[in-house]
Parts: sequence; C-alpha cells; structure tokens
Amino acid sequence: MSATPLLLEIKNLHVHYTVYGGQLKVLDGVGLVMHTGERVGLVGETGCGKTTTMKAILRVLPMPPAGIPQGEIYFKGRDILKMSSGELRQVRGRGISMIFQDPTAALNPVFSVGQQMDAVIHHSPLRGKARSRREIHQLAVKSLQEVALADPERLLRSYPIQLSGGMRQRVCIGMALSTGPELLIADEPGTSLDVTIQDQVLRLLRTLVEEKNTSVILITHTLGIVREMTDRVYVMYAGNMVEVAATKELFSNPLHPYTIGLMEAVPRLTGGGVSDGIAGRIPNYLAPPPGCRFHPRCPHAMEICLSEKPASYTIGDDHEVACFLYQADRVSQGNGGGHDR
Amino acid sequence: MAHQALAVTAQQIKQLERESRRENLGRSWYKFTRNTMSVVGLVMVVSLILLAILAPWVTPYPKHAGPYTDFPHAKQPPSWQHPFGTDQIGRDILSRIVFGLRSSLLMGIVVLALVVPPGVLLGLLAGYFHGTWIDTVIMRITDIFLAVPPLILALAVASVLRPSLWNGMMAVSLMWWPWYTRLVYGQAVTLRNEYFVTAAEVTGAGPAHIIFREILPNTVSTILTKMSIDIAWVIIIGSMLSFVGLGVQPPEPSLGTMIADGARYLPDQWWIAVFPALAIVVVVLGFNLLGDGVRDMFAAEEI
Amino acid sequence: MTADILTVTDLKKHFVIGRTGVVTQVPITVKAVDGISFAMPEGETFGLVGESGSGKSTVAYTVIGMYAPTAGTIRFRGQDLYESKKKRPLSLRKEIQIVFQDPGSSLNARRTVKQILELPLRIHRSEARRLEEIVRLLDMVELPPEYMYKYPQMLGGGEKQMVAVARALATEPSFIILDEPTSALDVSIQGKIINLLIRLQNEFHLSYLFITHDLSLMRNVASRVAIMYLGKICEIAETVEFFRNPLHPYTQMLLSSIPVVSEAEEKLKPQKIISTGEIPSPVDIPPGCSFHSRCPMKSEACTQLDPVMVEVAPGHTVRCHLSP
Repeated sequence: MSATPLLLEIKNLHVHYTVYGGQLKVLDGVGLVMHTGERVGLVGETGCGKTTTMKAILRVLPMPPAGIPQGEIYFKGRDILKMSSGELRQVRGRGISMIFQDPTAALNPVFSVGQQMDAVIHHSPLRGKARSRREIHQLAVKSLQEVALADPERLLRSYPIQLSGGMRQRVCIGMALSTGPELLIADEPGTSLDVTIQDQVLRLLRTLVEEKNTSVILITHTLGIVREMTDRVYVMYAGNMVEVAATKELFSNPLHPYTIGLMEAVPRLTGGGVSDGIAGRIPNYLAPPPGCRFHPRCPHAMEICLSEKPASYTIGDDHEVACFLYQADRVSQGNGGGHDR
Repeated sequence: MAHQALAVTAQQIKQLERESRRENLGRSWYKFTRNTMSVVGLVMVVSLILLAILAPWVTPYPKHAGPYTDFPHAKQPPSWQHPFGTDQIGRDILSRIVFGLRSSLLMGIVVLALVVPPGVLLGLLAGYFHGTWIDTVIMRITDIFLAVPPLILALAVASVLRPSLWNGMMAVSLMWWPWYTRLVYGQAVTLRNEYFVTAAEVTGAGPAHIIFREILPNTVSTILTKMSIDIAWVIIIGSMLSFVGLGVQPPEPSLGTMIADGARYLPDQWWIAVFPALAIVVVVLGFNLLGDGVRDMFAAEEI
Repeated sequence: MTADILTVTDLKKHFVIGRTGVVTQVPITVKAVDGISFAMPEGETFGLVGESGSGKSTVAYTVIGMYAPTAGTIRFRGQDLYESKKKRPLSLRKEIQIVFQDPGSSLNARRTVKQILELPLRIHRSEARRLEEIVRLLDMVELPPEYMYKYPQMLGGGEKQMVAVARALATEPSFIILDEPTSALDVSIQGKIINLLIRLQNEFHLSYLFITHDLSLMRNVASRVAIMYLGKICEIAETVEFFRNPLHPYTQMLLSSIPVVSEAEEKLKPQKIISTGEIPSPVDIPPGCSFHSRCPMKSEACTQLDPVMVEVAPGHTVRCHLSP
C-alpha cells in the first residue's frame, strides 16, 4: 500500500506436524505483511498456531515432526526458508530478535547475566569485525541502562535466580535489543509477570521501540495489551489469519465472528456479567473441518462456509477479513491474510 | 440446566474402556517405533529370549552343555559343523553360548524380580515420609549398601555361601536394590509436592492411596526404563562373578566362565574367548536399545 | 441477613525457611499471611485479589487444611477449623473443597478421569452406582461420558478445569475455594466455566472464595472484594463500591495497570497512580506500611507505623494512614 519497502512478508505458509494418527495440519496458508517501523500485534488463543508461525520465521521448528510443505517467508526481500545456515545466522539475533514468554526459562541459570549478554553481543559482529571485550561490556551496560535497570555493573555479575521476574524480562529485552535488530518478535512478553510489573515492562518496551524505531511483532492472547501497544493487529484462528486491521479500527469495528466473539468474551471493568465465550473448541488438526475452519463454532455459518475456504476480503480502509459474510462488501480480494500485491 | 437421565449404558461404558485402552496401546507403540534402533533392540531381545527358552531344541549339540568331553575334537576353529568352533574340551561353543545365555537371562530376570519390588517400595516410603525418621532410616541403610564397592560385596557374599547360580543371584540382588530405592526416592520427594497429591490429601485420601495410586504411577516410566537397561548390567556382573568362579559352576556353561577359560588360549585359539564375549556384547546392546525405546514410549508427546 | 459461612480472624501464617548466622541461628521467616480478617456470607462469592507474594494462595491453603495457621482462627459455620490438633475430620473435608489454578498439575497425568473422580466418591459417598454418579458429575460440567476413560493430557485446558470442578463437586460441598480457576485458560473458554460455576452456585447454594489477579473478571463475579499486599488486606468493599471508589493507593495502582478493551473502561481506571517499583520479597518486608516503598502518596507516618483497618463507609474498610 505505502511506498516503504516490506520488512517481513509471510506468504501462504503451511506447516504440518507428523504425529501418531497422521498429520497435524497446523498452519493452513498463513499470510502477514509488515513495514519497517510498524508495531504489529498477533492475537490468537492457545493452539491457533501463532507460536508455530514465529518459530517458522526464525526456523527453530523441530524439523522431524514438523514440515513446511508450502509457503515463503521474505525478510527484506529474501526467503528465510531458502537461506543457508550462514545467511540464517546473520538474520537471527541481528535482523530478527525474539523475547519469550517465560524469562526464567529463557535465561540460563548457571551463567551470569553478563556472560549471557556477552555471548549474544559477541555473536553479532559489527560490520564483520569482532568487538573487543571492552566494547562488548560497554554495550551490555548500555543495554541494561536502556531497560531502566539500576546498577548495571552489579547486575551483569548477578545470576538470573537473584533477579525478580520483572527484572529478568527486562534483561531479556535488553539482550534482544542490544544487537540492534530491525525486527523484534515478542511472544507474550508480560504473561508470566504480575499485572503491575507487566504494565511497567510493556510501557518500557513501547518507549524503547519508539526510540530505536524497531519494528515489533507482539504476540499475545490478551486483547487489552494489543489495544495499548500496537498499530495494526492480525487475528489468528486455527492456523489462519481471519482478520487484520488498524488497531483502532479493529476494536471499534470488529468484523469476523471469531474476533467479535473474542471481544465479547473479555470481562469488562464496567461490569455486565461474563459472556459464555465461544462455544466449541479448537479443531482437531488431524482432521480439520472442511471449508472455513471456524464454521463449527460460528453463529453465522452459511452453506458455503462448510465446503469452501473464504478468501481474504478487503473492506474499506485496509481492513481485511476472511469470512464469506463480507464477500459481497468487498473492495478487493486476496488469498487468505496479507495484502495482495 | 437440565440433567438428563443417564445417557449411556454400562455396556457402552465397557466398550469405551476397551476402545480407549486400544488407542493408548497404539499410541505407545507409535512412540516406541519412532526410532528404528529401538525396534532393532526389541527384535534382538525377543530373539535372544526365544533362543534361550528353546535352547535344548534349537542348538546343534545340546549335550555339550552338560558333562561331555571330546578331546580329539578339541580347540577346533570355526567350521560348518561348529560355527563358533570347539573349546578346550571339545564342546561346541555355539551350543554352550546359547545355554549360557539361558543362565544369564535367568539371572537378569530373577535378580530384577527380587530387587525391584522391595527397592521401589522403600524408595516410595522414604520419599513420602520425607523429613521423618522413616526417611532417615531407609536412606541411611541405602547409603551404607551403596557405599560398599559392589563387586566386593558380591564377592564377599558369594564366597561365604556355596558358589552356585542361585547364590550368585542373591549376592547381586543384595547390592542392586539400593539403586531403585534411590531412583524412586528422588522422584517421590518431588511428586509428593505436586498439586494432584495435595488435591487427593485435601479430599481425605490416606497415605496408602497417595503412595500407590498417585505417586507410583508417575514413577513407573523411569523404573521400567531402568529395568530394561539393568538386565544388561546384571548379566555383566553375573558374568564377572562366574569369571572368578562364584556363579554357575562347571560343567554348566556360563558366558563369564567361558571367557575366563578361553582367555588362556588367546590369541591362537581366539574363538574360545571371543565368541562368548561377543555374545555378551549383543545381549547388552539389545537391551540398551530396547531401553531407549521404552523411555521414548513414556515420553510426553511434543505437540 | 445470611449467616457467615466463613469467618477469618487475625489469621497469620509464617514459614521459617532457614536460619542465618553461624552462632546465633536467627530464623528467616516469610510472613506469607500476617494478620487478616474477613467474613463471608453464605451463598455468595467473596473475591480475594493480589499479586505474587500477597499471600492469597496461602490463605486458600490454610482454609482448605494444607497448612495450620501460625495464629488466628478460621471458623466454618462457627466451628473453629483448627480446634483440635488432629487431622481435619472427613465431615469437614466433605464440606470445603478447592479448585486449583493449573489443571495440568492438579490432575494426575497417569490417572483417567474416571479414576480421578472416583476418589472423592469412594471416600465420602456410599458404594452404590458409582459409575452412574461419575457420568452425572461429568454431565453437570457439560462433558460427555466418553471422557471418563481419557487421560488429562488428551483434554483441552478448559475441559481439564471442568474435570477439576467436577472433582470438587463430587463430595457435595457447601464451600469451594477457587484459586485462579481460569487464569491458565483462554478468554473464549473462561466465560463458559465462570458461568457454569455461577449456575452451580445458584443450583446448589454454594459459597465461593474466588481468588484471582484479574480485576476485570473479579468485577463480574464477586459480591465483595478484598485486596491483599504482602500478607495483609489493604481494602475490602462491596464490588461496585470497590471499583467505583477505590481508596487504597495499591488498589488504584492495580486498577490503573489492567489492560482493557474499551474506552468506557479506560475512563474507569485511576489515572493518577501508575505502577512503579518492584514487589518486595516477603522475607524482607519494609517497616511501617508495607506498601510505602512504592506508594506515591506516602507520608512520614507511613514509613514507621503500620496502619490498621478502618471502616470508612458501611461495608468499606481500608488500611491506610491517608484514608479519609
């Protein structure tokens, strides 16, 4: 749509896992586009495939049970899935960094914070030259200061177990940003933290990415976080992107029945009781329902939904939804998620 | 919310149970067969067991496993009549190996049968009563047994008692049980603090239920994995015992004794010692591969 | 006026986790719960809110009988739960049940649903028609009979939690502690379970002690809410009042940190107080008011004197030097 080049483009990604009983067809043609400087949210619930998608981007899927029969992932124009391991190493950590849900599990308990940060910085040489130990140390200190951690020198000597959950997550954020990545993938960054701490960490993250103009993909199942932290949101269900829109637009005008159901399911501070949520459960990926994967749970399912998979229809201003309800209103049409170019 | 009348008959419930059991077995088999080497191990072990059971009927010279001498045909190299050659008395080595396998496997099975139930029970008790005198007493006794060098203990016991297969098994059992106690103890201590144990306690379940119905099932996978690898170890220790003369007595064949006797004839009549040694290698390898498969079978599925 | 089903008076639970000093051996104590009092009317849902280290789970475990209190009393229908030093009698165990937060660990992965549900039936109910009873329990939580022979890992998170609820219901209790029952679940399933719990409450006249950190959920579930911080209660009020007029600075801080999905809710959040600072470790509680290290409104008195609970309005009590 705009003139800025695409930072990330996922096209028609399919991922299968081979298990007892057959193949889990987890990702069913996932698409996503992102420009530099954007903060994109990816909302979905347990089992929708968002973590699988992220792991596919960084190519850390366990490849014997997992397989990618189809699809491309373009980072700055080059297909990650076709890269050699050398090229991939350049991308990981430098081009794309990731923060995980549980900072305790992400940090190695037997190494000090400093040792772990050194390792990260050391493996991303600046313009091909290895950094000196002093440079690495200074960069580590600077990273910790940027994440508002007091007394970075002492912290570098500490071990993860000596830090609180919030501090550990900040260390992970500092580590991820220390190499100056262009894209940061944050997988449920606040979920394992207390609410008040989560609020602090998320505000920090927002400030940092604004300062550094880092692009962010924020994965979460909490709608409230997406509303506060992102410019554009993808909603994912059962291995498909079902809706994408600017954040304000999505919250004021959700279109897909799943998105609507999700919004209604969130209990409100203003009261009003708890809605029954969305009936049913996520599909069995061994034998996913034909047609639209959401149709068994959809209150508006029509004949066509049972047999055909909806394409992605563009409604109005950059709001896309993969649902036959909007086929007639469409302005243009794409192939399941992502802009059609 | 209306409660419907019982919508399923007792018969349907039985049917459900049968189906789910079948599915669980199928799933376990699937996990086991993921690794080809585990299947190879299984085939090896099953073949060895069958061989041992059917020894008198499948070996070419079953009589050679008893008192038998044939000096004119002694120390003959491998040939068509004697694929593994003959030993210093003229007995067919292949037949003797198969019979020796019998006593080795028997030792493995009997020792584990003797060792696992008490060892596991003590570990469960010590773990459940962690922090009390029961824990202290059991684990200190276990420590004492573990502190004595195993072979010395086995030798001491075996030399006090009259040397025989049975007494050899007793000796090995005496030094083997603490490993199970320790293994299960560690697990029981952790499992005891799991929420499902708390849930059972809160409902009013007594120690017997908690130990045997909540904790034990969670230790079964480690126990079985260890058992499948232990058989190999018991066989080796048993061979070591008979190597020094404290296990099966001649003329009954035992892999260890055969190696001991044959060592003297290396390197010229190498087959007398080498083939029994290879037999031990094959047995140990088979059980280890099987053990890997057993462990995989219990592993949680990735997705 | 309904009688109180649970009365907690000045409850304390301290854990000694070690000792310092080679010679003096001073015990290191964690004051998980340090003097709380509240009363729950029968048939209602009482909410307990707090973050890590608040002690809310310890309160639950003390009520359920896992820990004996260090001090204070807990009365169930007037009867002191810890009157005798002996283990809690079965008759009381039957009445008070609990649903834990993480169904993944509260259900034994090596036992089938049938075996899990059988245990409470075996202990508390008579022998007859047990299988039928299990099917009935599953039906109550809207699970089909086939689930009897499944293992927990074959069920989804919501379904596992339903089994945990069915297990709690098996003894026909009158009081259930719900310790973060839906925190581990997706929001689209959460509603179903919450509404099921509410229906069951109405049908069987159950009383719930509902513990969660999710204030949005609490707003829609509880009739009274108490908020805890580092072992003490900061504020108790009826739900509507609690959210409309939060008095304690910590309550305001917590409310301002919640991610919400609508403008209407944004307006409800206190704007003046933003979350700052780390939660102190319960081993190292600051003197005076335990919240003063993070409180933007602290005064001299706050660093020295621990405030007491004061009733500021009918049914609304706060523990703060600066409350009106």
